[in-house]
Amino acid sequence: MTQAPERYIGGGVPRKEDPALVTGRANWTDNIKLPGMLHVSLLRSPYAHAKITSIDVSAAREQPGVVAAFTGDDLAEDWDKNPQANPAAVTGYGMSLDQRVRQAQEGGESSVTDTPETTGEQPVDEKTRTFVSWIPTDDTKIPNHWPVARDEVNYAGDIVAVVVATDRYKAQDALEFIEVDYEPMEPVVDVEAAVADGAPLVHEDIGTNESFTWTLATGDIDDAFNRADVTIKERYLQQRLIPNAIETRGVVANPDAITGGYTVYSSTQIPHILKYVLAVYCDVPEQQLRVVAPDVGGGFGSKLNVYAEEVIALVLARKLGVPIKWIEDRSENYLATIHGRGQVQDIELAATSEGKILGMRVNLLADMGAYLMLDGPGIPILGAFVYPGVYTFDAYDFSVTGVFTNMTPTDAYRGAGRPEACFAIERIIEALAREVGLDPVEVRRRNFYEPFDEPTDTPAGIQYDSMNMPMVLDRVLELADYEGLLEEQRRRRESGDPVQLGIGFSTYTEICGLAPSQVLAGLRTGGSGWETAKVQMLASGKVEVITGTSPHGQGHVTSWSQIAADALGVDVNDVEILHGDTALSPYGRDTYGSRSLPVGGVSVHLAAQQVVDKARKISAHMLEAAEGDMEFEGGRFSVAGSPDQNVTIQDVAAAAYMNYDLPEGMEPVLSEEVFWDPPNFTFPFGAHICVTEVDTETGFVKIRDYFGVDDCGPVINPIIVDGQLHGGIAQGVAQALYEEAIYDEEGNLTTGSMVDYLIPGAPELPKYTLERTVTPSPTNVMGVKGVGEAGTIGAPPAVINSVVDALSPYGITHIDMPASPWKVWQAIQDAQGQEAGTRDADLSGRPSQAADSTDTEGGTDS
Amino acid sequence: MIPIAFDYEVAESVDHAIELLKENGDEAKLLAGGHSLLPIMKLRLATPTVLIDLGRIDDLNYVRDEGDHLAIGAMTRHCDMERDATLQEQCGLISYTASLVGDPQVRHRGTIGGSVSHGDAASDLPSALLALEANFVIKGSGGERTVAAGDFFEDYLQTTLAPDEVLTEIQVPKLNGAGWSYKKFNRRAQDWAVVGVAAVVERSNGSIGSARIGLTNMGSTPLRATAAESALSGADPSSVAEATSSADEGTSPSSDIAASSEYRRHLARVLSRRAVEEALSR
Amino acid sequence: MRRIQMTVDGRAHVAEVEPRLLLLHHLRENLGIGGVHTGCNTTSCGACTVHIDGESVKSCTVLAVQADGHEVTTVRGIMENGLWHPMQQAFHEAHGLQCGYCTPGMIMASISLLKENPDATEQEIREGLEGNLCRCTGYENIVKAVQLVQQHTNGQPA
Repeated sequence: MTQAPERYIGGGVPRKEDPALVTGRANWTDNIKLPGMLHVSLLRSPYAHAKITSIDVSAAREQPGVVAAFTGDDLAEDWDKNPQANPAAVTGYGMSLDQRVRQAQEGGESSVTDTPETTGEQPVDEKTRTFVSWIPTDDTKIPNHWPVARDEVNYAGDIVAVVVATDRYKAQDALEFIEVDYEPMEPVVDVEAAVADGAPLVHEDIGTNESFTWTLATGDIDDAFNRADVTIKERYLQQRLIPNAIETRGVVANPDAITGGYTVYSSTQIPHILKYVLAVYCDVPEQQLRVVAPDVGGGFGSKLNVYAEEVIALVLARKLGVPIKWIEDRSENYLATIHGRGQVQDIELAATSEGKILGMRVNLLADMGAYLMLDGPGIPILGAFVYPGVYTFDAYDFSVTGVFTNMTPTDAYRGAGRPEACFAIERIIEALAREVGLDPVEVRRRNFYEPFDEPTDTPAGIQYDSMNMPMVLDRVLELADYEGLLEEQRRRRESGDPVQLGIGFSTYTEICGLAPSQVLAGLRTGGSGWETAKVQMLASGKVEVITGTSPHGQGHVTSWSQIAADALGVDVNDVEILHGDTALSPYGRDTYGSRSLPVGGVSVHLAAQQVVDKARKISAHMLEAAEGDMEFEGGRFSVAGSPDQNVTIQDVAAAAYMNYDLPEGMEPVLSEEVFWDPPNFTFPFGAHICVTEVDTETGFVKIRDYFGVDDCGPVINPIIVDGQLHGGIAQGVAQALYEEAIYDEEGNLTTGSMVDYLIPGAPELPKYTLERTVTPSPTNVMGVKGVGEAGTIGAPPAVINSVVDALSPYGITHIDMPASPWKVWQAIQDAQGQEAGTRDADLSGRPSQAADSTDTEGGTDS
Repeated sequence: MIPIAFDYEVAESVDHAIELLKENGDEAKLLAGGHSLLPIMKLRLATPTVLIDLGRIDDLNYVRDEGDHLAIGAMTRHCDMERDATLQEQCGLISYTASLVGDPQVRHRGTIGGSVSHGDAASDLPSALLALEANFVIKGSGGERTVAAGDFFEDYLQTTLAPDEVLTEIQVPKLNGAGWSYKKFNRRAQDWAVVGVAAVVERSNGSIGSARIGLTNMGSTPLRATAAESALSGADPSSVAEATSSADEGTSPSSDIAASSEYRRHLARVLSRRAVEEALSR
Repeated sequence: MRRIQMTVDGRAHVAEVEPRLLLLHHLRENLGIGGVHTGCNTTSCGACTVHIDGESVKSCTVLAVQADGHEVTTVRGIMENGLWHPMQQAFHEAHGLQCGYCTPGMIMASISLLKENPDATEQEIREGLEGNLCRCTGYENIVKAVQLVQQHTNGQPA
């Protein structure tokens, strides 16, 4: 399939979202003001781990403007109305997967309500309050997660009290009058220390810091390692990252006097999922709950969750009977919004002396933080399927243990498990190249799949949809002038230039289109992967599209308009996209995991096609012709051979609306709704080259150029796709060079503001030189794949490979992320055997760089 | 991220500001551009109960040629110094260093007087002023006094300013033929310096006449690299690397998440070499 | 409480405010200008950027009382004769925004930047926007948008 000759698809239609945004007229959650609205401020624990021995909010209640103040105990009953009600129970926690599948197949009772009857022998923990949905194993340990802590706090930022006041300043002031006595407990602030013998426990009642262990194995891994000429063992660290959407979270909950229910406005990526979970957690009948995602200022996974503050706002609106608003400030955002990454990766590769990979072992420790969030346990599992990357081999063995620590809970941050996986394979393949004495480009080529365009088995037991790695790699080498770069590198090395040149590669694939519900069930995600779209032509011939996706910067309004306009043959400006309000779109699976286009966008296309199919029947009736003779082009139905006999789709829409004279038995109006659950994921791929200049005197790394050739299948809107790649690469560069959540020994977040947590700005980031190839996916009729996380996945190893390449004359083979000037300098000092001094302020809670370097030499057992 | 409530007074003149300071005692703080003070007040790390706003005193924003030196009013903003033609020509080090402070929005508000009075060793201008051997004019209820930059900074966020004193003017020399440089090392352009080095170098018959080096963020106050300065005095330009290898002597840089003290010492040496070399080339 | 008067987007406003009220909150809460955004609250991200007397400032680090008597311009006040400011148009054309949350601040910073340095090079544009953080775009198209305005101003075809 090649790019279809449509009118809009593939064209750079300027975004329809922009007018409100560039004129300052958008509707952010913080812009919502309702009559009688009260403001919430939250007191948060300054301790990472402590018992609350006493808490007194009475003085706060007396402060000016304060309407109410509550402790965790005060509110315990407010979410405690339905003891069965926690999302985990509802998603089937307590039943094994087999049981759930069997029950569903037998057509018995719905498998979504967990009761002692449906769970047989397995007891339901009536006391467990949790937001987790993705429960990887039957014996996953799930800690109790009160929205407002009661007896114990488990991370610095845990909520301990709530103040409701007439304005935000007054609410904030009153917090100072709350008296809390804490009895500090030993905190767990390192994921490896957490699993060591005798480690203090984050949750003593659980009895272990290990939440779950999940494994995946294919082929004969022992045989692969036995046969290997070369084995390589490496350890990589994925630092914690803080998502930092520029709009913080916020929620407004408004009682609805008419329904007796509530409308919840939240800066969320997932209004539909939020609606369901809130209904369950707070025991509000789901049909009386409406959730609206207004304009949302970025998410990157951090708003793909259900948070205590959303529950608190809803419960307070119910308790006090007035609209309740909570807006997160940035300090809170750093503490209380999920963090991403946080993994220790032990990777082993078995290969031949020719550089052909035979097998791979992956052992992860994944930092869950203090509690399990919506998909927290699932993040490393998503990654499990792409550790083999773009290379084919026979045996693969993966294991992850989710670990509790006294730090902010982790969950999806752009890429979610896949950047970690891509980093590991793209780093260790460099070690393999070194080991067997091959150019890193050549060793990659030797392990690529032959190009394919039909589903192909991978070592991780899934099927990639289509891929052509040699094509993208060849092109990016040309684009970057690899030979020229090598020449410049040689020159600089020979002349002893203090600024050395690095050339770093990354060849990646991404799992997009989180979709096939049966697969998601098999993974125990607790979620479904379908998406829905409704396309309706109105009496005037204009078009409304209702989508279940929930954009927050991705430009769905524009792209979905292009898709619908092309399918219907109408003007793109005659299409409106409605989204983000469960009253408009009761169903939807929202926006995350690069799923929106291959699932949601395809749904729009399919629904629009159904509208055309029905319109074709009506047009034939109107023109008294056979349906089979009708041709449709440019929004006009005409009779084959008699082009003068025609009607426009708008004419048909009007006729369908009036219902004066439709084919017998046909229902009025052109309105079609589709629920699309794809048969597979999609797998875009690409090759990136990062060119760095490393100042060996100061350790400063400058990215001089960044080249990428990406293939995400056919493109709906190239300017939007470019934008997704730019932003994704920027976040990947940010992980590689700048960002890191650092905790001190007491579990305080040291990088708790934008002053200390280094989000790169325009001067720090390079110009991107990007091209695309087009390899359609066989997974859907449009051939589209998705692109949201590609850059974030491809960039970190390209950058680190580049820095390490620049420093390779020193014998340096690894630098942990972020490769700060300090770390780069230290690595050079270590390599030269010079006294670099101690890292006497190592607040990172991680092994020192010196210790790492022994791990990363790459052992050879052959 | 909301400050606690405070009273607000507008100073109509420097004398009025001094009067208000005397009235309100230790609880009062002077507000210049507010870009050092307001951020810590919002985090409730500073909780003054009275702010005295100097922003309405018009006659403190100036750059004047006073013959042998240039006088800069304390309320002169970073952006004003950045684009002031006299400063650019006669004391380029100040214009250039001011252009590296924070970001454009910060430079539209922040002032030299506020920056100096705050006494933060991580600020860029104080070390440049040290290298320039600037003088500070201070007014208080006891009258006016002039303090050399080298005597002004006493300890971490502490200066020689008495509670009822106001810094009114900064006097910097005209550089004439002397070369200058400021090397700021930070990870992002908008950040504070991890380490910064200001250099003013006078040439004399093909060799270095004298060199003055100011260090940013190498201790609790801005510092001079005196050992390196001595080594550079009368030295041949080819020996700059060796001479600046003592640039960290006598410093006590802190260790934090950006750098260890060892790394800071190393940076001070490298940046001093680069600064002196650049100054010599100017 | 203190009585202040300022011109905001061409209109005079008088208000009684607490001295601690941030200009950001005065504009948002008292004057209902939802186009001025709260981002970091630490003078880092620039989402709250407005102009005071034609110069960019971060309204989260200015007290409302400090703006007393001054002219404040927000993204809502830069349209002329019902037409978008060229910078607004350029951000749209160059796809210089995605979620759009940093955009008003970014636009106000960019206008101020070109006012002070009309012929800024690409590097100078990047440095001139050092105080504004965007999490979506990777900045490439923001830089292009500013360059687009330069080209229009210089009479070159975009």
